[in-house]
Amino acid sequence: MRKVYMDNAATTSLAPEVLEQMMPYLTATYGNPSSVHAFGREAKTGLDKARQQVAAALNAELDEIIFTGCGTESDNTVLLGVAEKYKAKGNHIITTNIEHHAILHTAEYLEKHGCEVTYLPVDEFGRVSPEQVAAAIKENTILVSIMFANNEVGTIMPIAEIGAVCKEKGVLFHTDAVQAVGHVPIDVKAMNIDMLSLSAHKFHGPKGVGALYVRRGIRLPSFIMGGGQEKGRRAGTENTAGIVGLGAAAELSCVHMAENAERMTALRNRLMEGIEREIPYVKLNGHRTQRLPNNVNYSIRYIEGESILLMLDMNGIAASSGSACTSGSLDPSHVLLALGLDHETAHGSVRLTLGDETTEEDIDYVIAVLKKTAERLREMSPLYKG
Amino acid sequence: MYTEKVLDHFSNPRNMGEVEGANAVGTVGNAKCGDIMQISLKINDDGIIEDVGFKTFGCGAAIATSSMATEMIKGKSIDEAMKLSNAAVVEALEGLPPAKIHCSVLAEEAVKAALEDYHKRREEAK
Repeated sequence: MRKVYMDNAATTSLAPEVLEQMMPYLTATYGNPSSVHAFGREAKTGLDKARQQVAAALNAELDEIIFTGCGTESDNTVLLGVAEKYKAKGNHIITTNIEHHAILHTAEYLEKHGCEVTYLPVDEFGRVSPEQVAAAIKENTILVSIMFANNEVGTIMPIAEIGAVCKEKGVLFHTDAVQAVGHVPIDVKAMNIDMLSLSAHKFHGPKGVGALYVRRGIRLPSFIMGGGQEKGRRAGTENTAGIVGLGAAAELSCVHMAENAERMTALRNRLMEGIEREIPYVKLNGHRTQRLPNNVNYSIRYIEGESILLMLDMNGIAASSGSACTSGSLDPSHVLLALGLDHETAHGSVRLTLGDETTEEDIDYVIAVLKKTAERLREMSPLYKG
Repeated sequence: MYTEKVLDHFSNPRNMGEVEGANAVGTVGNAKCGDIMQISLKINDDGIIEDVGFKTFGCGAAIATSSMATEMIKGKSIDEAMKLSNAAVVEALEGLPPAKIHCSVLAEEAVKAALEDYHKRREEAK
């Protein structure tokens, strides 16, 4: 059976070139980068190179990159760290109602511990406007945290415009760019981004490693306490091989970004056109153009997401859904509800996210299987009247 | 996460569709929760379920429990069908993930709702 992986927003494959660069650090170069001897120094060179690669990918400075364990850790470090560090200045944080749980659950935690959080509502496409941000900023606002691109529906936020607002108002601006790094151009200087979270495994790097960019002059408390690694900003012996892989993947994705984005956008549009041509009663979730090159998300009316996934899986296709049955709660995805979808439509969502390996043949296969799946499940559905 | 039996009933559902000449229909659940089950029955004058059909909007477990429930009551008397429990459906499917037990409850309720509809129609016809 044909196997088609269409869940690249969940995680991506490890690029062979990246693994190749990691291998020495999993074998011969096993020294602790903090050690003074040759073994340590050799390991340290891997970290140094990775820091250059990540900084270059964001147009950041070397000392602005902190390696972490994952995107979630980077997000947690920012929210908890800013709340702690700037509590004398204020306690108000602005974010959106479609953030990843790494932000949302941390914000909810902070609300229980004396912070005031504004969750800006998004429009039907999943966007907040710079004007909304400007209007929400108050005397006591210490942080604006808005995702670069949404993980479920792929909507890209007007980050540069929001960055300009925050700069003008003198408020720190963080963006969770986990879905965006390696896929769309990012320039932390031009976009006035003060802090940014990223994760290696979303752009063909390894799992278990992320990074946090923190603009010079901002000093956050170390989220993990211990030794003096990362200049005292993140304790714990470095995941050397992982960090080397992060650097390699960041470089690789940036070098090929333009061509990848062009190829991926064409495939994405082929998939969108195919779905809309072949399957009646579907609704595109997210923005038609302001979306990640690899993200497709539709609600297929009258049927439910988990059963769609099961049937796709039986045909070798890996996808994901925002239905309650896949979210582990009774409610469908908070993102789809925030876009104004009713529960029934949200339950019927399917997300297909493309990767470096995706081919035209894959796309055509997915369209054909999805069409059959929709027909079959609609036949079973009491909601579908034909 | 699903047993072979669940996947079998999901991919080859038994008694799918609306029964022609049904004299009882029960619908339970709602779209908000992501599950709707409809069971239609054709019950003969001897009180035997001659034919049964289901239509379900829901997850894999919802479809599989509907399918299994219809199989378990087909050819049975009304009294026997009334005794169908969700636990028996789960057992017949060789287990369900804990988060999906509510689907089996819904299947039991759908059967009961259809049987109640039958009684109601009989009362009205008198």
